[in-house]
Amino acid sequence: MKKAIVMDEKDNVATLLADADKGDVIQVKTGAKETEIKVQEKIQFGHKFALKEIKSGQDVVKYGEIIGRATKDIPNGHHVHIHNVESLRGRGDQA
Amino acid sequence: MVLGINKTRDFADMELSGYMRPDGSFGFRNHIAILCSVGCANDVALRLGRLYPETVVLTHRQGCAQLGGDKEQAARTLAGLGKNPNIAGVLVVGMGCESITAGYLADEISKTKKMVEFLVVLDEGGLMAALPKGARLLDHMVREASQMKRVPCGLERLTLGVKCGLTDTTSGIATNPAVGMVADRVVESGGRVIFGETPEIIGAEHILAKRAATQEVEKGVYRVVNECEERIKASGMDIRGANPAPGNITGGITTIEEKSLGAIKKGGGTTLQGVVAYGEIPEGKGLFFMDGPGRTPEALTGLSGAGAQIIIFTTGGGSPAGSLVSPVIKVTGNPRTAQRLSDHIDIDVSAITRGESTLEDGYEVIFRELIKVASGKATKSEALGCGMMSIWNIGSHM
Repeated sequence: MKKAIVMDEKDNVATLLADADKGDVIQVKTGAKETEIKVQEKIQFGHKFALKEIKSGQDVVKYGEIIGRATKDIPNGHHVHIHNVESLRGRGDQA
Repeated sequence: MVLGINKTRDFADMELSGYMRPDGSFGFRNHIAILCSVGCANDVALRLGRLYPETVVLTHRQGCAQLGGDKEQAARTLAGLGKNPNIAGVLVVGMGCESITAGYLADEISKTKKMVEFLVVLDEGGLMAALPKGARLLDHMVREASQMKRVPCGLERLTLGVKCGLTDTTSGIATNPAVGMVADRVVESGGRVIFGETPEIIGAEHILAKRAATQEVEKGVYRVVNECEERIKASGMDIRGANPAPGNITGGITTIEEKSLGAIKKGGGTTLQGVVAYGEIPEGKGLFFMDGPGRTPEALTGLSGAGAQIIIFTTGGGSPAGSLVSPVIKVTGNPRTAQRLSDHIDIDVSAITRGESTLEDGYEVIFRELIKVASGKATKSEALGCGMMSIWNIGSHM
């Protein structure tokens, strides 16, 4: 089974350790705990997907820390990347 | 993920050896360097390097028509490169009309009591006249260096530089945490570790600041990050696209915060003893943060200038990059990169990413390679002769 890793139990995203196709059931490891989740679109190795729904404006959390903010509602199992997350730092465009 | 060091792995079977320098430091290479004080001297230095192919020729574009802090930074970095213990002797080549003179750099470098000479091209009567004089100076230094021998030494003699390049999400999961354990081991053995790349601690500075030895160090972390973020804001641009770079984004990194949180793991988990300027040699032992950009040529040059004899370079996507002064060990946790860029990757820890081995296993493989490389084994970038010099420029050229 294809695998994904969660870096901290506070995280709302997992990182894929293999390329995944829509509908693939992924084994998700958080420390010693293992769960399964179905990805809802094609997602590349090393990219992230939502472990639960992340609403627009909500923090995206990886390593137990905030890595950005959702710019759209991201349903469970969907790709989390630059198309739906923005950085909160280094934003000269908003200065 | 627990990053504790497995104390049972003591590596008693391994011995570290280096070249003892007159100031008591140890080099893990025995280079004779031809160091330009100014970009205009590059052609003379390159021709001398062809006469003496075993030398390393440190060319660059700086040394003149620079103001204030920008000039000081270039001078500090150039002197630091000459002082690096991997270099047994230095011929500094200047023009005679520049602001960072060959005489100044030779004086600074001579504080280490190593062999230092300088050559001023305009004083000699130009390139043709400078070559025989430079050749005589190099002949002496190259043959002296050839008689030097390695002797055993301890890990406390090592200044390890750590850098990441073409980061992807495997860097934060596998490579950086495993290298961080190596960094912890070097610090616990009485050595020094320097990591840097200020844009790549944005969003993770609070974690580093908490580990600061003093309030001053804590303030130093926030100061360099604020200065960096102010420069980005002054540009009016979103940092994204520059950092994370397009290659990072392809590799799954979404924001600078995500990149930083993975990046800081490569420095390990020990107390942060100081924040130094770009190319500044830290005082004391332990873990240090060096201000400066993440861009590879500048980051590697800054680490060599700050005294790193060996650099570990973690990479997601791979790179042929090297440093002419300090061997660069490339480590990847990306299985595709390990396969596709095997000419450039020294250590493949992708088994960690695949869940087939532990961080401790990765730590052991990287640590063993570090000792081998320090004791003389050529890295892939050294074997290929990959090296580049580029000093971080923080002001306009006049």
